[in-house]
Amino acid sequence: MKSMTRRTFLAASGAAAGMAATQGFFPAVLRAQGEPLRIGCPLPLTGPFAALAADMQRGAQLAQDELNLKGGVMGHKVEVLFRDDQLKPAVGAQRTKELIENEKVQFIVGGLAAHVQMAINEQTKKSKVLFISTSQSDEISAKPDTSPITFHEALNPTITSRVVGKWTCDNLGKKWWIIYADYAWGKQNNQVLTDTLKANGGTLLGSTPYPLGSAEFSAHLPKIQAAKPDVLMSVTPGADNIAFLKQARSFGMDKQMKLAQPLLWIAYLKEGGPELYQDVHGALNWYWELQDTIPTAKKFVEASMKKFNMPPGDYGAYSYSGVMEVARGVELAKSTDSFAVADALRKSPTYDHFKGKQWWRTCDNKSFQDMWIMKGRGPGKTKGEWGLADIVARVPADEKYDRTCAEKGFA
Amino acid sequence: MDVAAILPQIFTGLVLGMIFVLLAIGLSLIFGLMTVVNFAHGSLYMLGAYFTVFFLAYTKSFWVALVVAPILVGVVGLAVERLLIRRLYGRGPDDPLLLTFGLSLVLIETAKLIWGKIGLTLDPPRALAGAVDLGFMAFPAYRLFVIAVTILVLVGLWAFVTRTDVGLIIRAGSRDPLMVRALGVDLNRIWLLVFGIGCGLAGLAGALAGPMRGAYADMGVTMVIESFVVVVVGGMGSLLGAVVAGIMMGQVVGLTTFFAPKLAEIMVFVVMAVVLLVRPSGIFGEEGLAE
Repeated sequence: MKSMTRRTFLAASGAAAGMAATQGFFPAVLRAQGEPLRIGCPLPLTGPFAALAADMQRGAQLAQDELNLKGGVMGHKVEVLFRDDQLKPAVGAQRTKELIENEKVQFIVGGLAAHVQMAINEQTKKSKVLFISTSQSDEISAKPDTSPITFHEALNPTITSRVVGKWTCDNLGKKWWIIYADYAWGKQNNQVLTDTLKANGGTLLGSTPYPLGSAEFSAHLPKIQAAKPDVLMSVTPGADNIAFLKQARSFGMDKQMKLAQPLLWIAYLKEGGPELYQDVHGALNWYWELQDTIPTAKKFVEASMKKFNMPPGDYGAYSYSGVMEVARGVELAKSTDSFAVADALRKSPTYDHFKGKQWWRTCDNKSFQDMWIMKGRGPGKTKGEWGLADIVARVPADEKYDRTCAEKGFA
Repeated sequence: MDVAAILPQIFTGLVLGMIFVLLAIGLSLIFGLMTVVNFAHGSLYMLGAYFTVFFLAYTKSFWVALVVAPILVGVVGLAVERLLIRRLYGRGPDDPLLLTFGLSLVLIETAKLIWGKIGLTLDPPRALAGAVDLGFMAFPAYRLFVIAVTILVLVGLWAFVTRTDVGLIIRAGSRDPLMVRALGVDLNRIWLLVFGIGCGLAGLAGALAGPMRGAYADMGVTMVIESFVVVVVGGMGSLLGAVVAGIMMGQVVGLTTFFAPKLAEIMVFVVMAVVLLVRPSGIFGEEGLAE
């Protein structure tokens, strides 16, 4: 197995190097018109998170286009450079290093998967480059991993699982089984969900880890079925989510218990279809139908429909916002120095790019934002190609959902 | 732990085992006759799943897709043997191993180019959607179908190998190719056929797995490793060994998942190590064949 992955890795690196060589060629032409503002964006463009990564690539491109249409940032054209981190921490660190050292990017926005973004963060800290992480993790905005130039745009497992956990307990049932991907994000969610369930008087009947990227869940299911929980809480990210739901339904579990998960992802709702996600509950950080009530959301959706003929998804919204925040920070600081930009963002922490007011908490550079509890619409109830979920409840941003500054290691 | 909880687990493991059996029996057939270690087997499994998606979309019939996709994978196998592997006969087992390994990478990257980096999902046919009440559990109808198809294919294969003239030559050829040639049999054609059948079985495994696991370019990467483990445990070249070890490994994965989910991936290799310590040539292996 080892030699196989190494081979695959080498092959992919070769391809990436080839791509880098050609991409490196074009910016040289652009430089004639003044130094562009360069933002590196490492994403898992291959592997089980590929659909989300594609969404994030589109989001960052929308931000780039929007900024350049306005004449760039302080007269500099914005360029976002994408690299495939293959969902591997070592590759993520390597790509980030190459982006900073060879491509001379001034900022890093991106990362998807808790463990890969930690590796990216180690590299950006070493190179003293501001990093806006667009993926969930509890550690990224806590000591010892965080830094004054590490920002966290996404929700995190603590916030998501406290909110969804409580809501599920109150509305769907108090006897749970949790199945979770056995890596940082999955484990953190499992922990917070377990704590939240107990704090709300619920019972955890069992909790099962499985290896991330799994396509076969059947061996886990009979045990869960026999335990007869009210709620099956699945922490199964990316493509795993579809495989898991399909198999759970094929075993008839959807008729025996409620299905809930900390997060839904529109890209997978689309891929899996309404039948698969009918009545599955979970949270979203953003959903395109918010355009009906939020003006910045409408603008964001329209831009995406125009360029890609599809609305932006939840993770695309993170990367869009991340790039916009780099631009806002540079304009505020009138500098591309990472520390100056970080200070500027902390000094004027409030922003609204696509879904209403958000703000950076100054102790940990964590973004606070609204989230929504959603439910899969089911066949016949969908609206158009992408109207796949109902908003069940809006949860306004509140710092109380995250750990406190003190709990995260800030005195 | 009561028996009522274990029974569903054993049944679930059986389905996992069936996919292993289909992959391992093809590998073992090819190795037994040709001493070629076919590293591209996992990629052919992947092709089986993608071809099924393709023909399902094209013909709107899962049944047509289920028949056509494995045959087409078998045809790919024929082409691989005729155009690539045949050139390497007589050059030791390393060269075909490297060739098929490289081929697997080419196939995976090609699949990404054609069908995208994001996997595709496919559903079982309407007739097999939903669960059947077995008395002790509700079991997905499609998974019962997978067990049934695998058993049918195995019976057919057994009849082919033991009851037909071609089967006789295959068995003789794996014992003593030189003697079979001396008797005037064109072994090249037999090798071509066997390679095609082995690859077709991998395609069938992929076609059957598709509605359960979806189709994605890397789906064969771990499967081929686990299938080699099955072949080694069963005994290189032994068809009965591939069947027994495949079912056994399905149970190992299923039961380990039940008792200690974190160990499920490793346990397969632990079992291999133990079997090899006790029987270095595998459960049904003949000594000296793997050397």
